[in-house]
Amino acid sequence: MTHRRKCPALSALCLLLVASLAPVLRANEPVTADNPGLASLLAQLPEASYADKRDLVAKMVQSQDPKVRTVLRALLEDALYVRTSDNQVFVGEIDGDSVRLTDPLTGQAAGAVASDTISMIGVNNQLRKTLRVALAQFDLTSPDAAVRRAAVKEMLRALDTESQALLRSRLAGEHDAAVRSEIREGLALADLDSAEASTRFAAVRELSTSLNPDVYNRLSAMVQAASDGSYGEPDPAIRAAAQQSLRVIERYRNFYAAVQTLIYGLSEGSVFVLIAIGLAITFGVMGVINMAHGELMMLGAYTTYVVQLLMPNHIGLSIIVAIPAAFLVSGVIGIVIERGIVSHLYGRPLETLLATFGVSLILQQTVRDIFSANNRPVITPEWLAGSLQINDVLAITYNRLYIIVFTFGLFLALLAVLKRTRLGLQVRAVSQNREMAKAMGVRTAWVDALTFGLGSGIAGIAGVALSQLTNVGPNLGQSYIVDAFMVVVFGGVGNLWGTEVSGNALGAVNKLLEPYAGAVLAKIFVLVFLIFFIQWKPRGLFPQKGRHADG
Amino acid sequence: MAESVVTDVAAALSADRGGRLLLLLLGAVAVFVPVLNVLPGDASFLHISGYTMTLTAKYMTYGMLALAVDLIWGYCGILSLGHGAFFALGGYAMGMYLMRQIGARGVYGNPLLPDFMVFLNWKELPWFWHGFQSFPYALAMVVLVPGLLALVFGFLAFRSRVSGVYLSIITQALTYALMLAFFRNDMGFGGNNGFTDFKDILGYDLQAEGTRVALFVCTALALMLSYALCRYVVASRAGRVIVAVRDAESRARFLGYRVEFYKLWVFVLSAILAGIAGALYVPQIGIINPSEFSPVNSIEIVIWVAIGGRGTLYGAVVGALLVNLAKTYLTGAFPSVWLYGLGALFIVVTLFLRHGVVGVIDQWRRFRLAGRAA
Repeated sequence: MTHRRKCPALSALCLLLVASLAPVLRANEPVTADNPGLASLLAQLPEASYADKRDLVAKMVQSQDPKVRTVLRALLEDALYVRTSDNQVFVGEIDGDSVRLTDPLTGQAAGAVASDTISMIGVNNQLRKTLRVALAQFDLTSPDAAVRRAAVKEMLRALDTESQALLRSRLAGEHDAAVRSEIREGLALADLDSAEASTRFAAVRELSTSLNPDVYNRLSAMVQAASDGSYGEPDPAIRAAAQQSLRVIERYRNFYAAVQTLIYGLSEGSVFVLIAIGLAITFGVMGVINMAHGELMMLGAYTTYVVQLLMPNHIGLSIIVAIPAAFLVSGVIGIVIERGIVSHLYGRPLETLLATFGVSLILQQTVRDIFSANNRPVITPEWLAGSLQINDVLAITYNRLYIIVFTFGLFLALLAVLKRTRLGLQVRAVSQNREMAKAMGVRTAWVDALTFGLGSGIAGIAGVALSQLTNVGPNLGQSYIVDAFMVVVFGGVGNLWGTEVSGNALGAVNKLLEPYAGAVLAKIFVLVFLIFFIQWKPRGLFPQKGRHADG
Repeated sequence: MAESVVTDVAAALSADRGGRLLLLLLGAVAVFVPVLNVLPGDASFLHISGYTMTLTAKYMTYGMLALAVDLIWGYCGILSLGHGAFFALGGYAMGMYLMRQIGARGVYGNPLLPDFMVFLNWKELPWFWHGFQSFPYALAMVVLVPGLLALVFGFLAFRSRVSGVYLSIITQALTYALMLAFFRNDMGFGGNNGFTDFKDILGYDLQAEGTRVALFVCTALALMLSYALCRYVVASRAGRVIVAVRDAESRARFLGYRVEFYKLWVFVLSAILAGIAGALYVPQIGIINPSEFSPVNSIEIVIWVAIGGRGTLYGAVVGALLVNLAKTYLTGAFPSVWLYGLGALFIVVTLFLRHGVVGVIDQWRRFRLAGRAA
């Protein structure tokens, strides 16, 4: 089979021969779709003994017919049946009491039949092993590199001399780098057991770039001294080489561990930025202490839940729909809060704080009365689940990646609104000099309401993201409010970039401390650090420039 | 010296009608509630149940806490959103003494270690638990722990001129951090269960009628004394400087006053009062746990003061009493209405009742007087 791939000219010659000598050679030759050779092999299958079945399988593999794969896979999975009435072989799929049959040769459906009119073609463990290797061999020649790679992995699970030889010959013809490294790694691992010292030595060298945990364990075992003073590897030169390889591998592992911590820190930081960014508008730009900020996020999370209830068949889409919906819900409620309460309290920040805290209590209780006090289940769409496997030691879950991208996108969008739009210009004008802005014809009350609505709407969007990260319940907002204020104050009030930087910095510090101190203690350390930091720099990391006097 | 303090207090009180009324009322409560609890039989309509007496004691400790907050918020303009922390610390100090008093009567019968430590498989008492078997030591800690925390925290904050909402936010962060810390089992404060199942105090059974009456009277006296102390402080020369700091901090500084010094000692005094309130609360209520540190509790204290009327002292006590009466009634009768009610109170008081309930009464009196004059 392998040699045929290498010599297409020879195969063509064979085909010519087949054309003339067909009846004699049929069983061993590759022929096209309606292969009578495969058909006859199949026909023999039901009656054959297990030993005969192995021969038949080998012959089928040699036939190179792409349909053979379906047959072998079905046989392995106990899904190959023979119809009692005419001894014809089918691939069957159990569907309730009946079995849907498919003709493996033509690929056409042959209808559903009752399960007592057919009988399964049995296999034993030895045959299963043969089948697995046969399938892998078959797949090794597949044009699809991913299939070849999977086949290599399958073969490496149970490596014998035969399959080793097969892989070795395969290596020469393989062009895909990933498949090649997979084969080389597997062979090298097998070579570690070789009696030949030079083979082992070469294998150890070969493995120095591998991140496979098996490799690490094997190499560690080689250099470990047993209680009687002997080593897993008798040859000291090879032990030294293994030690060297281990050092290289450890360096890589440490590097990837650092990358992982960095990404985890960034995603943790993104959560901090997310919860604080709406507050950076209402508190940072407008100077309003909005204690109901957390509840506006909670409303965003509940909006996600309601959207999912409304479109249960499009969960994947629901998150996308929930973003503008949450923006509207929280934004409108924010504007109502601003017009109804906050606008009467400008210049009295402590009273604003208390009144908005009252609002937060009312919002919490409203949600509790509508949706009950229990957490609501928000479904994670498939495209948010799973993880990105970069190599054997580095895997990053998609929701961590999305949260980083999403938060940064939100941040840029907000920055664009503030710097590039008319509303943004008016917002900045009002926050810098209210009287002057008014004199220039800016409707300051209107701008206040819209700014507050914008900050609240952003909080709602943050809530959509939070619904994917934590439990959605009436207390969702409360647990973030202290953090949110700390992030804004740490970054410097009135400075969006400050919020972005401080959120990420706090997230990174939190994640770095976590392995040593545990999650709760890390959080306490961060809070205490912030308390001290504010004493040291009361205006945050990036204070606003300009002159000001304390009251 | 002592005499002059007494005359000063008397002078301050003579100009404080509301305060005199409050002290009179508290004095009556301190006498009649225990008497009516002990003397009439259970069936008599004059009888006050032990439950009601404990509840009244709880309100009075809250009144003391509100007094502490009004002292710094109403008179010095410092809005602390973390005063619950000082209350809880005082409570924990008292709780540690009560835990040590349990001795070998705990579930596990360990003569030295409180139950939760045995449960956590600890072998010896942590260093900070030593000394708490002594009542005077525990009392000292009730004062020292909140006081020292306030001293360090206030020193740093006021020195670097952290003020206004920034101060509020970091006090909130302080109590939040303490809550997280006390929730941890390995801190040695009983984790989220806190301390409970107390047996006795100074050798007297906590469940006995006599002990409860004594504690009640102590609480009423403590509240009256704290009121007199606060009134004395705000009427003193230093009290006037404190008010000046509230109204125009920069001007007070330019006049040569060490603003941060005045702020600091008033803050420390307030924290100590809150700690003592906590220490009185724990033996009567019978439990202390980390939820006392929760930021929401601290904000609630502020609303008591705001509803009663900030900057009057007696208003704070009245506010604490009114809100908690309403809370006890509503959470029992209409549980879901309570949070709406509390939320609405926050909004209505800040929007319409800037001087609280006592402010409304004052206004009404002035209105009536004006009508009589005309």
